[in-house]
Amino acid sequence: MSEEIKLMKGNEAIAHAAVRYGCDGYFGYPITPQSEIMETLMVLAPWKTTGMVVLQAESEVAAINMVYGGAGCGKTVMTSSSSPGVSLKQEGISYIAGAELPALIVNIMRGGPGLGTIQPSQADYFQTVKGGGHGDYRVITLAPASVQEMADFVALGFDLAFKYNNPAMILADGIVGQMMEKVILPPFQPRKTDAEIKERSPWASVGKPADRKRNVITSLELDPAEMEKNNIRFQKKYKEIEENEVRYEAINCEDADYLIIAFGSSARICQKTLETAAKEGVKVGLLRPITLWPFPSKAIKEYAKKVKGILVMELNAGQMIEDVKLAVECSLPVKHYGRLGGIVPDPDEVWVAMKDELGIATDPSSSIKANAGESISKEMISEVITNLNQMVP
Amino acid sequence: MKHEIIIAGFGGQGVLSMGKILAYSGLMEGKEVSWMPSYGPEQRGGTANVTVILNDERISSPVLNEYDIVVVLNQPSMDKFESKVKKGGVLIYDSYGIHQPTKRTDIKVFKVDAMDAATEMQNSKAFNMIVLGGLLKVVPLVKLENVIEGLKKSLPERHHKLIPMNETAIKKGMDIVVEK
Repeated sequence: MSEEIKLMKGNEAIAHAAVRYGCDGYFGYPITPQSEIMETLMVLAPWKTTGMVVLQAESEVAAINMVYGGAGCGKTVMTSSSSPGVSLKQEGISYIAGAELPALIVNIMRGGPGLGTIQPSQADYFQTVKGGGHGDYRVITLAPASVQEMADFVALGFDLAFKYNNPAMILADGIVGQMMEKVILPPFQPRKTDAEIKERSPWASVGKPADRKRNVITSLELDPAEMEKNNIRFQKKYKEIEENEVRYEAINCEDADYLIIAFGSSARICQKTLETAAKEGVKVGLLRPITLWPFPSKAIKEYAKKVKGILVMELNAGQMIEDVKLAVECSLPVKHYGRLGGIVPDPDEVWVAMKDELGIATDPSSSIKANAGESISKEMISEVITNLNQMVP
Repeated sequence: MKHEIIIAGFGGQGVLSMGKILAYSGLMEGKEVSWMPSYGPEQRGGTANVTVILNDERISSPVLNEYDIVVVLNQPSMDKFESKVKKGGVLIYDSYGIHQPTKRTDIKVFKVDAMDAATEMQNSKAFNMIVLGGLLKVVPLVKLENVIEGLKKSLPERHHKLIPMNETAIKKGMDIVVEK
């Protein structure tokens, strides 16, 4: 039987997908804009059907340490939060990475820093892909851009986490979390049995039989020589992930003159910017990193060879742009456009900014404006005219 | 066919649920749909709005700068969104909450006195469905039978007894909407 198409929020899709994946436990603490994840799990009440535990912890710190404990026992466990809550979880994430445990963490980002706002933001890019907690570790980071991907990336995140014994994160924002779209939920699969867990995770702390040594789950190693060995092992694993697990989507990139690079909700907004650019006769492609770590540096480097300039659009002050610049090694102009603190730009605003930043000349009488009611500044028009003049031989 | 719609009003007027019913109705017709709410503290008393997109093709941005159809149910929403109706687009308002109608002449403007009609029906909860009726008369986005199907999908079973009342309200809206 084919699965029914449903209409739901991204947050709700995550909850449904977790139960269907055979998740053993969810531990969380409510925070806008992701509270629907635990709310939906409470309504689904999977402890009555699959046996999955859903627990509201006393804090985010407690929740991530419950995940640490569950993961240490080889269980399929997850937590979710939004920016300020994910900051609180960073110590736990570092420990989970250090103990090489699989776990899924969901961050539905909101405007920061501090408690900030509850509106959408992508300002936790650095925190997620550059560490966040202490030590040389990496978190496999998936950036969904639709409700369907919110559902699909639960399975993908868990699969990757278990493949590499490493924490994985779904990094989305208030737009993808709160919007409703069509979704086909993944099929149900049963939770792993104790025997299956022992086979999948022989390192798990599941009770010591007489014929083997104790399994110890820890990130502590007092001997620095041993700790260096551990770190070398981690780095080898990270390299393997970088080689094998890069994912991205390229839209109209093949014959583009300019490129937009954006992830998650920003990529959705920029898809419409492509339409606007096409109306003005400019070929713009969109490259959407799906994995933020590992970052699609090679793909970006290849596509960059064919274009005159790149705009990186993010709901932050310029974070992913650093990775894009590293990828293209300053071979062409890479500019940034973003709105901050929970403000979301509209597709035309991005196009106007892109023309301005990259000096793309179009018909100055264009009716496309940054914001309805606000006209383009005289400086911007004069710059366009200057560019037009430069094009005349 | 693509329709980009925003519905805006006070929190509590049923703006988000009206958008939800529209989205479910679109789902019933096999369309691509997107429903993007303002989810800030405005839901609790200030202005709330929801963007609904119905399309035959994959939907790109859920965030828009202009709309084919704008439904405004209070003055702040009129002030904020009247400039964002596409040229030749449709603006629908309820005159109960709006004392300064639009000055634009390049769009089609319709009035649906839903608050008065809801009061007459002695059912304030019918308000947003009357507005929806007005909208569907002006732009037949979805068939009435699919709205009823959408209601069945979006409402919990225990509220299904309210569906006939909602149908009456939608038909009322269809009757009373007038072009300005």
